[in-house]
Amino acid sequence: MATDVLMGFDEALERYEPVLGFEVHVELSTATKMFSSAPNPAAAGAESAQPNTMVAPVDMGLPGALPVVNAQAVRYSISLGLALGCSIAPSSRFARKNYFYPDLGKNYQISQFDEPIAFEGSVEVELEDGSQLTVPIERAHMEEDAGKLTHVGGATGRIQGADHSLVDYNRAGVPLVEIVTKPIYGAEHRAPEIAKAYVATIRDIVRSLGISEARMERGNLRCDANVSLRPRGQQALGTRTETKNVNSLRSVERAVRYEIQRQAAILAAGGSITQETRHWHEDTGTTSAGRPKSDADDYRYFPEPDLLPVRPAPELIEELRAALPESPAVFRRRLQADYGFSDSEFRDIVNAGVLAELQETIAEGAAPAQARKWWLGEILRIANARGVDAGSLVSPLHVSELIALTENGDLTDRLARQVLEHVVAGEGSPEHVVAARGLKVVSDDTALIAAIDAALAGQPDVLQKIRDGKVQAAGAVIGAVMKAMRGQADAARVRELVLERASA
Amino acid sequence: MPDAPAVITVADVQHLAGLSRIALSAEEVEHLAGELTQIVESVRRVQQVVTPDVPATSHPLPLEGAPRPDVVGLVLTQEQVLSGAPAARDGRFVVPAILGEEQ
Amino acid sequence: MSELIRWSAAELAERLTAGDVSSVEAVRAHVDRIAEVDPDVHAFLHVAGDAALARAEQIDRQRADGAELGPLAGVPIAIKDVLCTKDMPSTAASRILEGWIPPYDATPVARLRAAGLVPLGKTNMDEFAMGSSTEHSAYGPTRNPWDLTRIPGGSGGGSAAAVAAFEAPVALGSDTGGSIRQPAAVTGSVGVKPTYGGVSRFGAIALASSLDQVGPVSRAVLDAALIHDVIGGHDPLDATSIPDAWPSMAAAAREGAASGSLAGVRVGVVRQLNGDGFQAGVRQRFAEALERMAAAGAEVVEVEAPNFEHAISAYYLILPAEASSNLAKYDSVRFGLRVEQAGSTTEQMMARSREAGFGPEVKRRIILGTYALSAGYYDAYYGSAQQVRTLVQRDFDAAFEQVDVLVSPSTPTTAFPLGQKVDDPMAMYLNDVTTIPANLAGVPGMGLPIGLAPEDGLPVGLQIMAPARQDARLYRVGAVVEALLEAEWGGPLLAQAPQLGGTRSPLQFAATPGTAPAAGTGTEPDGGTR
Repeated sequence: MATDVLMGFDEALERYEPVLGFEVHVELSTATKMFSSAPNPAAAGAESAQPNTMVAPVDMGLPGALPVVNAQAVRYSISLGLALGCSIAPSSRFARKNYFYPDLGKNYQISQFDEPIAFEGSVEVELEDGSQLTVPIERAHMEEDAGKLTHVGGATGRIQGADHSLVDYNRAGVPLVEIVTKPIYGAEHRAPEIAKAYVATIRDIVRSLGISEARMERGNLRCDANVSLRPRGQQALGTRTETKNVNSLRSVERAVRYEIQRQAAILAAGGSITQETRHWHEDTGTTSAGRPKSDADDYRYFPEPDLLPVRPAPELIEELRAALPESPAVFRRRLQADYGFSDSEFRDIVNAGVLAELQETIAEGAAPAQARKWWLGEILRIANARGVDAGSLVSPLHVSELIALTENGDLTDRLARQVLEHVVAGEGSPEHVVAARGLKVVSDDTALIAAIDAALAGQPDVLQKIRDGKVQAAGAVIGAVMKAMRGQADAARVRELVLERASA
Repeated sequence: MPDAPAVITVADVQHLAGLSRIALSAEEVEHLAGELTQIVESVRRVQQVVTPDVPATSHPLPLEGAPRPDVVGLVLTQEQVLSGAPAARDGRFVVPAILGEEQ
Repeated sequence: MSELIRWSAAELAERLTAGDVSSVEAVRAHVDRIAEVDPDVHAFLHVAGDAALARAEQIDRQRADGAELGPLAGVPIAIKDVLCTKDMPSTAASRILEGWIPPYDATPVARLRAAGLVPLGKTNMDEFAMGSSTEHSAYGPTRNPWDLTRIPGGSGGGSAAAVAAFEAPVALGSDTGGSIRQPAAVTGSVGVKPTYGGVSRFGAIALASSLDQVGPVSRAVLDAALIHDVIGGHDPLDATSIPDAWPSMAAAAREGAASGSLAGVRVGVVRQLNGDGFQAGVRQRFAEALERMAAAGAEVVEVEAPNFEHAISAYYLILPAEASSNLAKYDSVRFGLRVEQAGSTTEQMMARSREAGFGPEVKRRIILGTYALSAGYYDAYYGSAQQVRTLVQRDFDAAFEQVDVLVSPSTPTTAFPLGQKVDDPMAMYLNDVTTIPANLAGVPGMGLPIGLAPEDGLPVGLQIMAPARQDARLYRVGAVVEALLEAEWGGPLLAQAPQLGGTRSPLQFAATPGTAPAAGTGTEPDGGTR
């Protein structure tokens, strides 16, 4: 992969105006797939399954199989459209997008093309400084996901250089809503931040609607970021690139920043931008050229003859509208008051992208202050070190369990951090890690006293000093005891006991 | 385009064969170019008989159907899924190297 | 030849119920008949044999045990190879699906089984139902039982020939542009294309999704109605399936046959479907059929359907377009023929497999359909064709305001010789001129025999069309016409068909296409309809 020349971000912004656009794919968490009654691997609480065990005939394109629309997917799509401020089409229809690819069983994707279910909306996005921005939505349409390819034989697991590939159709037919924005102007130097905030807002909306698991790291929510630059003062839009495979909020921000810098360097050097798909590489923090747009993109769309138009009853639309949860902005203000956080405390939570996690942790029984401490502290630290989203590391349920263990004295802070590491490593729940690794605080005084007596016996000079009133000398004994207990003791209690034994 | 005679060239057929993933022989391409020109010349008169005010019909009947309830039903076993597979391994289908990229 | 195989399905069903004959006997008689004549006719791609006998035995046992059985339980039936069957290969007569056994039954097949009918095997067809002669089968053509040098029609030539050659009393077909009605016409049998959505398409290997319908093939109108009643009705697995309840087709057929009257029935003759291009003997028998209908009380009038003449153009854009997409799934990844060379990519593997697995007609239509849908041409071709479809529907609507049913000859000609049109796609396509409008508009159509053309002694068919959802009307009117004509003939037309089997070797009929046989038809020059 050739190394791209980048222009400094500030200089790029001085010379060019960035125009953004996003296509966000949301996997709906219905029980079954978009067009088949096979179980949906993106369903709420779905466990990972063996390959090709969640497949109905139509998902793998068997001859004679027919698609039938999932009513719940339609309801979810309408709710999402309404939450995006869109109009809901009284009649929309599916089309076939024809192209050959081995992850696509029928070799066409059923999608909505000229008649999407939802169109013309907008989303209020809150930025880090608390200011608001309106992102215009062009459309939200229903479609189906493709299967999954595993590339074998290449060095990197990437498609290039692979010797062969394996195909699993479990994901084929998972219901998707694709949300397409209109061009976003005026983003300026905040473009990367806006990108991240927009995707976070979409994530918050689908979570509040309860229509998607919305885990970016699992591909429940996927963002394609379109970026183009135009020289200051120019009216016409520049050529855009579409960056795919951006699987975390952090990456969205970085990818947009990277594309602005890369395109600016090319334009400044007198070059031109190729209209192409680019792939984001999490490991290197760069994008690489994919397929240029060409006449191979002749998808030969035509109305899907196997499906009837979708005509939701007006009563259904009104029912779903009435059931919409409050908007994320309103909801946040209410949460902030409920939790008793200051403006800046709350903004830190939102900016770290852990509001939903925090909320769930509190819902599981943790105190707001404790939940905030963990999510913005140790968990965020690990996430930043690894370059992933905090929410992908550990579940809110496990965090609340961890907090409960520290609250009732089973774990010290230090032990709790250790337990967290193991939970993040996938060793199970905190309770399980504590039991399996024996990390519990030793609260049995008998064991502590035995260790203290042994330490005191080994350091008669220290014992004497303590008895002489030099209490600070106790530190050496406490250290020895803690070491003997492999850290699994409450240091304050050890200190109390040391003084008690020394004066006995 | 509508009034010019429809001619399907050899290059057109090659392009269409690529889009439809059929490795036609040179002879087939040649032959099809002639045949398709003849067929298209005949069927293209549909353009002359319609006016813009005529709506397009994609379903023969204006049907109303209820969508499917979201309940798990027909699902194949892995064995059934792979029963016709030309090549399979570890519960998955095997294909040779892929040149193109995901859409 | 056992007399049993000449019985209608209705008659056989009655005798099974009465205990005069067992299902095993019925199935064995047909399996024997297949063994005897199918080397000549080649109606079957797969014969169920032992499996069919085992199923028949099961039904006989259930009957002996006093189980509640459907009225057709134990009756054997042939199934067009376009329908998925979980116990028999389902290939749509294509190399690319050779040996493929689906993990499910098509809904019409599942309903037949549930009603106790016994699948005898899978019948030959044009590959993926593309054709009008069954010559485009990858497994060799089917021959017309009336004249083994001639085509049995298509795409469902196998099902039509099977019933006409007494290899099965009834069969299933599928009709996208006439594939049930046209073979019925040229083999002297009966076939019905139901209203679009009347019979589930689930498990029917798709050709053109907005045109395909599964329907019955038989030797008698009542038999078709009995099968229609079994296979029809709403299916949640097909989104385009009509949810309404249907009246009994069999009751309509019985009512028609009993009354023998067409009093008050307004019959419209479509002027555009009976022109100069039609064979003289076809026009003659059609005119006579109209006279019989009028004599039975029908009011026969001529109606105009000006846009029907554009139907064939629209059809040959819409069908290839949908087919090009429907047939994309045959890519050698998940099932079917794979052609792979060392070092080839997936793209090359797909393209080579499709090149090797598809016949010339399938490739022709895929390329044509890809062209019709491709960027820059969509509006001019596919879009315009869908607009013509609207015009054809308006013609039907206008016509059905004046009349109750529309009629035409089923086909412009009688069965043509094998090989005559196989290399001339346009000539082949024109065979469907009469049958295509019904598919474009989704209305039901029936084909039934009305005699033999004087000039060649081959069967001529009448097509009856009714408004959408009025399939029962077809059966009522069809049963009247059938009863009137059979009274004149002294029995079914197929009783006049030549004897098959015995002395003939199949090789004798692999001779030069188009050569009239010196012997073997045994038909009176003037078909005996007067």
